[in-house]
Amino acid sequence: MAETVLVLIGTKKGAFVMKSDATRRNWALQGPYCETWPIHHMIGDASTGAIYAGGGNEWFGPAVWRSGDLGANWTHSSEGLSYGEGEAPINAVWSLARRNGRLYAGVEPAGLFVSGDAGASWQPISGLREHPSREHWQPGGGGLILHSLVPHPDDDNQIWVGISTAGVFYSADGGETWTPRNKGTRCDFLPEEQRYPEFGQCVHCLVMAPGMPRRLYQQNHCGMYRSDDGGQSWVSIEEGLPSSFGFPAATHPRDAGTLFLIPLNGDIKGRYVPDGKAAVWRTRDAGRSWQALREGLPQENAFIGVLRQAMATDPLEPAGVYFGTSSGALFASADAGDSWSCIAEHLPAISSVETMVLDG
Amino acid sequence: MVDPLANPRAAIAKPGDRDPVHVTLPPALLRLFPKAEPEVTLAAGTISELVDRLDARWPGMRDRLVDSRPAIRQHINVFVEGRRARLDAQLSPGAKVFIITAVSGG
Repeated sequence: MAETVLVLIGTKKGAFVMKSDATRRNWALQGPYCETWPIHHMIGDASTGAIYAGGGNEWFGPAVWRSGDLGANWTHSSEGLSYGEGEAPINAVWSLARRNGRLYAGVEPAGLFVSGDAGASWQPISGLREHPSREHWQPGGGGLILHSLVPHPDDDNQIWVGISTAGVFYSADGGETWTPRNKGTRCDFLPEEQRYPEFGQCVHCLVMAPGMPRRLYQQNHCGMYRSDDGGQSWVSIEEGLPSSFGFPAATHPRDAGTLFLIPLNGDIKGRYVPDGKAAVWRTRDAGRSWQALREGLPQENAFIGVLRQAMATDPLEPAGVYFGTSSGALFASADAGDSWSCIAEHLPAISSVETMVLDG
Repeated sequence: MVDPLANPRAAIAKPGDRDPVHVTLPPALLRLFPKAEPEVTLAAGTISELVDRLDARWPGMRDRLVDSRPAIRQHINVFVEGRRARLDAQLSPGAKVFIITAVSGG
């Protein structure tokens, strides 16, 4: 059956959708949506065709937007997205994930909410904010944000989150209790004898390997890591990469050993691709070796950055890979990263990229 | 129990009701609530009540104007008779209320 491929793009000024067929050669752009609100994350539900966009507006606060008709019409709600009277107001929604009919939202200041009615109303998963380490969490450059949401694919009780800069936390009981999962990840910004704390790491992006729920990968402010035990311990996989700094990470849709990263030149050097030459780096052996993928990407004077949620893959064969830049360009590969083309430019700064593939 | 003030038809002043005030809503807010009207007359004794009445007519509008502290959102200004007002400000009968989005952004 013919397939429609949608790339969902959250930007600093609205949401956009790019649409193609399974060949992924010709693309059409739709948007801006969501009244040009800053949209930090946008996801699709291929089983219903619904699109969700999470963000926050300086005037009107946080909201999750929903479209049931691929962007033609939208509703928005923040009912229940609150820590209660007297607590700090929630500024924005930063991450969305869905699993088994539930929609999860990570917010700033860091916390987790769940919706059982497709985003119309929200309930807090309060255990995370009640964690004893909470008072020590420090905001990163984007604020104290819960940016990575990784529910277990088969067990509703298990969920991992990434918070900047608190680190990775894991719950096995549906969010009632949480434990830090940061062993082996560095804090290069702390004094030398304090560089491996229990929490406080600046995780930038956390993803799960397909079909292998105990394998996680993370791009950290200070290194790239893999865990094969659900985050209980991490090993560095940065050898062979041009830097230890970057933001996004994306897994292959089927191969647990394949990961895509975009290393940048470092946190105090502009946070561009190294030497102004764009490359996506791919491993096919779980981080033991790396290959720079440059064909079709700008190799001269490319002072581009890519944010933490701005890279994704699609489930087709071969897998598509997509990333959006802070300068508003969207690059796509229809051959698992071997070659690339720019399919949109002049968009607002891109915050997030996700895909949804629909039949017909 | 039905709140008579939650019914738009009841927002026209009747004996025993709050006195009507006149409210002007900002264009950016109207885009979020396509059925909302730019100028509204409704019955309210405080800004907080006014926002509740707006929310009863157009569900979700309170969350767009008021945060969870609760307070008027940082970049929303409410002016009553030309003076900036807080959520608990009292409204005189016939007061003119302007809800304005602050000049911000880039």
